[in-house]
Amino acid sequence: MTIIQTKNLIYKYSIGTPFEVTAIDDINFTVDKGDFIGIIGHTGSGKSTLMQHLNGLLKQTSGEVWINGRDIRGKGVNIRDIRFEVGLVFQYSEHQLFEETVFKDISFGPRNMGLSEEEIKERVLRASEYMGVHESWLDRSPFDLSGGQKRRVALAGVIAMEPQILILDEPAAGLDPRGRNRVLGFINDYHKKAGITVILVSHSMEDIVKYADKVLVMNKGEIFCYNDTDSVFSKAKEITEIGLGVPQITRLAEKLKQRGVDLGNDVYTVERAAERILSLIKRKNE
Amino acid sequence: MLKDITLGQYFPGNSVIHRMDSRCKIILNIIFVVILFIGRNYYSLGLCTVFIFCVYALSEIKYRLIIKSLRPILPLIIFTGLLNLFFIKGGDDSLPLWEWQFLKIYPEGLSTSIFMIIRIIALIIGMSLLTYTTSPITLTDAIESLLSPLKKLKFPSHELAMMMTIALRYIPILIEETERIMSAQKARGATLDSGGLMKRARALIPIMVPLFVSAFKHANELAMAMECRCYTGGEGRTRLKQLKTSYIDYAASFFVLWLLTDAVLINIFL
Repeated sequence: MTIIQTKNLIYKYSIGTPFEVTAIDDINFTVDKGDFIGIIGHTGSGKSTLMQHLNGLLKQTSGEVWINGRDIRGKGVNIRDIRFEVGLVFQYSEHQLFEETVFKDISFGPRNMGLSEEEIKERVLRASEYMGVHESWLDRSPFDLSGGQKRRVALAGVIAMEPQILILDEPAAGLDPRGRNRVLGFINDYHKKAGITVILVSHSMEDIVKYADKVLVMNKGEIFCYNDTDSVFSKAKEITEIGLGVPQITRLAEKLKQRGVDLGNDVYTVERAAERILSLIKRKNE
Repeated sequence: MLKDITLGQYFPGNSVIHRMDSRCKIILNIIFVVILFIGRNYYSLGLCTVFIFCVYALSEIKYRLIIKSLRPILPLIIFTGLLNLFFIKGGDDSLPLWEWQFLKIYPEGLSTSIFMIIRIIALIIGMSLLTYTTSPITLTDAIESLLSPLKKLKFPSHELAMMMTIALRYIPILIEETERIMSAQKARGATLDSGGLMKRARALIPIMVPLFVSAFKHANELAMAMECRCYTGGEGRTRLKQLKTSYIDYAASFFVLWLLTDAVLINIFL
């Protein structure tokens, strides 16, 4: 079932001035319910602009955005309801924390939805559990936490609204590898348990490959390609040509192939590479 | 939107006006304002207007920008115009040009009104020319240099200039940050533009708190970076770009002083 659809979406910055720029140009894509979509592209390729259209933070110059079968700019559609359905987590989301306690901060979203106190508390606890926010932090000030902990609190703040679609802009930026795996792992678990649709914007091919079912590659405001992960990365050459790197392990596999060790053309993760190497060694030993 | 605010509206260029010493530009600007205010009739006002348009032509700044600089003060211009138009009464022998109940317009009122409007416009476009052709950094350098004689009186001219430079540098950063925080809170269902006064004031908390936190963080980082580069204040500090006075500045000073003389002579003889 289609949950997100854009039709000829165009957005221009600074219209009518010499600085006019087309940030996204004629974007058409659909996302099915429950998918985990990865979006990659250069800085300035229009990823963030596109994301901000999906919950109506930016108003398109032309075109349409349909969420759950409704045109979000259509008559009788309250944009605030859309924002509760489409949770958007910005880059460096810990900058949005403002309340005295972690609990209050996570409950900001649900409270804006006008839920009952009981329901709010339930949701805060549930979101905290998903994001690994320890119960003992809830009464502390969010400013006393470490960077990675703050990030998880901020994510919990969006997840507590229990949106059907969760959009994350570089949720792991600036974290160390362990914090990175943790945050992305929590998101992946949440995706599986709650069955929601996730859109992950990232620079890191490794992260996208690890979690996403489908990949959308943006280039200069346009969709370069949009397909399931395997077929996108099988076009490694084209992707490298527009200046985006393929995962390191894929490059290694290519180099190995040139030297006569064929691991196959679909090696994107270290795990898969390890598997193939092991089976090669086994075959050799037999 | 916030990003439409233009501050430090500098337009880089290499015209004669751009190349002038910024200290000289500031002083001449002040003299120009004085001339505008000592001029009592249309002759000196006309002279000033012609002068400022000539300078604009020399500066190669687009005329469209003049209108842009006037837009924010349009209410003030209209207010001043209307006030003078209706409240200045002519002498005993002057008849109102137009009359409606208690509102009367006298020829004197009309004339003063037009005079004041032209004076304000000339004043504003003169001042904006300074910011259009001088980068904020050189402007603060010039202010520091002009205020340095006051150091003898323990006036902290260097510190003042440094504060201005830092403030100017951080305006775009803070604007961008405000926008991002606003978007993030809106994504969590915050409403910023509805409800009563109290509700609106309360709605600002989720924006102001993170903004202050990040401003303090920036200040901390900047202080550390300055410390690391051994910043100790203005004492013994040298500059990469020295302010230099050239023949252009002498020529410009000559013209402005000539204008001043004209204005004084017109006041005396006309």
